[in-house]
Amino acid sequence: MVNLNFVSPEIFISLSIMFLLLLGVFKKNSSNIIHNLSIGFLLITGILILNNPFDEKVTLFSGSYIIDSLSSFMKILTILGGAFVLSISTKYLKLFKIFLIEYPILILCSILGMMVMISSNDLMVFYIGLELQSLSLYVLASFNRDQLKSSEAGLKYFVLGALSSGLLLYGCSLIYGFSGSTNFNVIGDVMHSTHYGLTFGIVFILVGLAFKISAVPFHMWAPDVYEGSPTSVTLFFAIVPKVAALTVFIRFLYTPFINMIEQWQAILIFLSIASMIFGAVAAIGQNNLKRLVAYSSIGHIGYALAGLSVGTNEGIQSSIVYISIYLVMNLGLFSCLLMMKRNDQYFETIDDLSGLSKNHPVLSLSLMIILFSLAGIPPLAGFFAKFYVFKSVIEQSMYFLAIVGLLSTVIAAFYYLRIIKIIYFDEEKEKYDTDHSIWLKMSLTLSTLLILLYFIFPSKLVEIVSRINVI
Amino acid sequence: MIDIGLGHYLTLGAMIFTIGVAGIFLNRKNVIVILMSIELILLAVNINLVSFSIFINDLTGQIFTLFILTVAAAEAAIGLAIIVVYYRNSSTVDVEKIDSLKG
Repeated sequence: MVNLNFVSPEIFISLSIMFLLLLGVFKKNSSNIIHNLSIGFLLITGILILNNPFDEKVTLFSGSYIIDSLSSFMKILTILGGAFVLSISTKYLKLFKIFLIEYPILILCSILGMMVMISSNDLMVFYIGLELQSLSLYVLASFNRDQLKSSEAGLKYFVLGALSSGLLLYGCSLIYGFSGSTNFNVIGDVMHSTHYGLTFGIVFILVGLAFKISAVPFHMWAPDVYEGSPTSVTLFFAIVPKVAALTVFIRFLYTPFINMIEQWQAILIFLSIASMIFGAVAAIGQNNLKRLVAYSSIGHIGYALAGLSVGTNEGIQSSIVYISIYLVMNLGLFSCLLMMKRNDQYFETIDDLSGLSKNHPVLSLSLMIILFSLAGIPPLAGFFAKFYVFKSVIEQSMYFLAIVGLLSTVIAAFYYLRIIKIIYFDEEKEKYDTDHSIWLKMSLTLSTLLILLYFIFPSKLVEIVSRINVI
Repeated sequence: MIDIGLGHYLTLGAMIFTIGVAGIFLNRKNVIVILMSIELILLAVNINLVSFSIFINDLTGQIFTLFILTVAAAEAAIGLAIIVVYYRNSSTVDVEKIDSLKG
């Protein structure tokens, strides 16, 4: 008998999606209620996850579903990210007249998909979760459907996302055929032989996952989709699916492919180095802030992958810490972006930031803290994130990776510092509106404080993450 | 009369898969063709899975295929919907003209 208590978060969130859909159909003008209810449901789901034992490792449904410390931690991250996105996007959506019931429901659907993905221990379960997540994200990208840019972003994301799902699936079929099972543990046991079919399968799966996580050379969709989508959706893209995709990377590399480490380590190091360098160099010429965030997220994913390529528990833990801190930093950055509003119009280029410090000293101070942290300057949280990754990389004497990482940090610092220069030393422009929602102010304050004060309690996060032992 | 073995099926699958991927990258005309190419890729995967399932005597592959068929239908529906939305905004589905986002 399967103990359904362990999957209660998933059951609860899927029931609440159905409930909200029905409510939306039968009650007129219910966007506000549904929006608030979905935030509440997300938080309840979070509590249900916390209710599960953190250190225990449970497999359900004949080994196809796994609940362990990794899945619980990453699910909490996705849910927190989703709840923050929902709570700070209200005003933006109302302004563009896309404050519809579908928006929170689609976000809940994609979070359900990510939770299934994170917990999957079987190729089939993983595929279903992945598709549930991506299908909702395609719709979210083109959510502002009367705008050419948004629908184009959705179209591009759909084409490349479907292609990546296809590649991934082809890899899955090869892995299934040559190992004889879809269960991760069984595949891991069989995978001693270096049959070329298995190697092909690994390559296809890694390419598909690299598409999803937007690592170079499979990043080309990211800048366009980030720029075209509504800003609140871009925030969602920038943080939540990355957390889920990184978890899937960890699961694939360290359960079914663990014995093939020589085969995938080189691929991962290449992805990591290419993403770090490209993310740093390509962002320099950008003027649109959302495009810039896309390139910076490509760079950050490179660092997270560097932690994964090491092949030790410390490496995995360092990239989990990295992605959590990255989530907080991006939340702060996008809260600032959502505050740049004047006369019912949002601004999103770097030039619009010029002289921001004269009119909005507090906003520019927190933006400066966030940008310094993204650049990795001590004693802010972003520095510690990079520090843990490089420490675990150097411990395994992968000096080349560490040196390239440090160099690209320096290059990346250039464009972050350029924005700070524009904020503080360029000519001032008109004032922006200051009537922001309480949630927006709260999320900016919270993320800035977390980044600023992280160095006082660095062991708190590390202590929780160090209980995640994958290998 | 030659015996048709696993290798033949896998070759067929690989060929259809390649045609699908090439169709996405070489196609310069119409977005609908891309949708067809995506379907081709998924069908190639299905051929692979079913033939593996027959030759290793394991039903899981065929069940996987049913899942993929279902998801492919949903994906095609969403893809067509997005193409319709795009067409209403730009009145074209020409691949080369989809370039308002660049930089």
